[in-house]
Amino acid sequence: MTFKEQYIAFSTIVVKEVMRFVRIWVQTVLPAMITMGLYFVIFGNLIGSQLAPIQGYSYVDYIVPGIILMAMISNSYGNVVSSFFSAKFQRHIEEMLVSPMPNYLIVFGFVGGGLARGLVVGIAVSVIAMFFSDLQFHNLAVVLFVALLTSILFSLAGFINAIYAKSFDDISIVPTFVLTPLTYLGGIFYSVEMLPDFWENVSYANPIMYMINAMRYGMLGVSDIDVNIALAIIIGFVVVLYSYCLYLLRNGVGIRS
Amino acid sequence: MSLALSISGLHKTYPKGNQALKGVDLEVKEGDFFALLGPNGAGKSTTIGIICSLINKGTGKVKVFEHDIDHAMEAAKSCIGLVPQEFNFNQFEPVGEIVINQAGYYGIDRKLASQRAEKYLKKLDLWSRRKDIARELSGGMKRRLMIARALVHEPKLLILDEPTAGVDIEIRRSMWEFLKDVNQQGTTIILTTHYLEEAENLCKHIAIINNGVTIESTEMKQLLAKLHTETFVLNLSESITQLPASTEYQFSQVDDVTIEVTVNKEKNINDLFALLTSQGIEVISMRNKSNRLEEMFLQMVEQGEL
Repeated sequence: MTFKEQYIAFSTIVVKEVMRFVRIWVQTVLPAMITMGLYFVIFGNLIGSQLAPIQGYSYVDYIVPGIILMAMISNSYGNVVSSFFSAKFQRHIEEMLVSPMPNYLIVFGFVGGGLARGLVVGIAVSVIAMFFSDLQFHNLAVVLFVALLTSILFSLAGFINAIYAKSFDDISIVPTFVLTPLTYLGGIFYSVEMLPDFWENVSYANPIMYMINAMRYGMLGVSDIDVNIALAIIIGFVVVLYSYCLYLLRNGVGIRS
Repeated sequence: MSLALSISGLHKTYPKGNQALKGVDLEVKEGDFFALLGPNGAGKSTTIGIICSLINKGTGKVKVFEHDIDHAMEAAKSCIGLVPQEFNFNQFEPVGEIVINQAGYYGIDRKLASQRAEKYLKKLDLWSRRKDIARELSGGMKRRLMIARALVHEPKLLILDEPTAGVDIEIRRSMWEFLKDVNQQGTTIILTTHYLEEAENLCKHIAIINNGVTIESTEMKQLLAKLHTETFVLNLSESITQLPASTEYQFSQVDDVTIEVTVNKEKNINDLFALLTSQGIEVISMRNKSNRLEEMFLQMVEQGEL
């Protein structure tokens, strides 16, 4: 395929994916706005107003970056895992498999859809956050970089989950038992420095902690870890997961006998 | 004439140990209308799946218009349009979008894709349903949708895996006409079907696969020439209690007024009627028990060739 043909194939998947989640926005975008709005009301306003500032910021300001990122993580992941598994389940993934599209375009296309939903939800939740906090951007480039890379990373993770999934149960196990606990324990609602030494050290093994802190640095200028290390870790994970996606597609794992 | 498809020594063993293909060899010439027959589980769909890269190949060589799928899979795939046995489109997507998106996967821009979609949806009587969700279509319409989708990138080789399964006779015949037309335009067609009448009417060449091995690959005429006998069903004007006496024809009784007779290819039908008339038996109508290819197929089964 020529570069132009590849671009057309890629944009066909992305447009199809975007149209899918936009068409059902009540199920895809609105829930994140409501849930995260409740976090701001309950943890930010009601409970947070009774708490002392953390690292110089009011509690609601402190939790805003993590909550925005949490919404982006779950929506990027959820978009790709449900869309790709549905394509597998209904077998219309074969439409792409019989075409001359190279495997990396299939990955790019689905990740593009996940990234789009992550960004749309991230912006929507940011708008909600403005009702509770003054949004700040200490370093807008870092914010955009972290938002993009984190959405890409979790879109790739959703892709891998969908490839291995054999039933609809399999696409909810990872978000429920892995993603949500890691996100909550990644320091959205607290600084890991507040933890006992043992649990603080354990937290450094949680990759989501680096993403949340990098986002917090971009917005507030404070972080529990060096932001350069955080960005390097995110990029490293993106490269590893992308390579693994290509390996799975090339070998037909979960999609070819 | 060059080959549209060349398969040699194709083997495939599934992960659970089921050896689906044990040495399939096929050659399909460019422009041919080719029937791929075999009983259920013979390996037809596995062969097609490997050609289209939906199933991982075991050993052997597969070339599509000289493109080896081991080294030039993308080039090979761009030549192929597939109509699979099972419905494999998004049931919740509009009909027109399914066809246009498929063109997009082949790198065809949306303007041209829309023109092609209109052309093929109109030819297949689906244009008026282009905005409908695919799951609202009838079974026959869904089959035609898959044909339109397979043709939208105008492939040189169209592979149809039981395209008329579950389709009523009227639509089936209109699909035959459409496929004949597509073939006459220069597209090579490979067809698998359980309707042997369909294969006999449409196809110039035929291959029979059984137990994962090609057991016959020849011209349709040559295969049918091997048919030594034909069986007719005769409806009689009056009931009979005893079968006609004959050493040259084999009779069997279906009911009081219906008999079957197996006639050797060298025998004259007029002689058969003369015999019946001489015994006071009047025939009011006559038909083939099965079509010729079906008879050949069944004979090969009975002779243990399959």
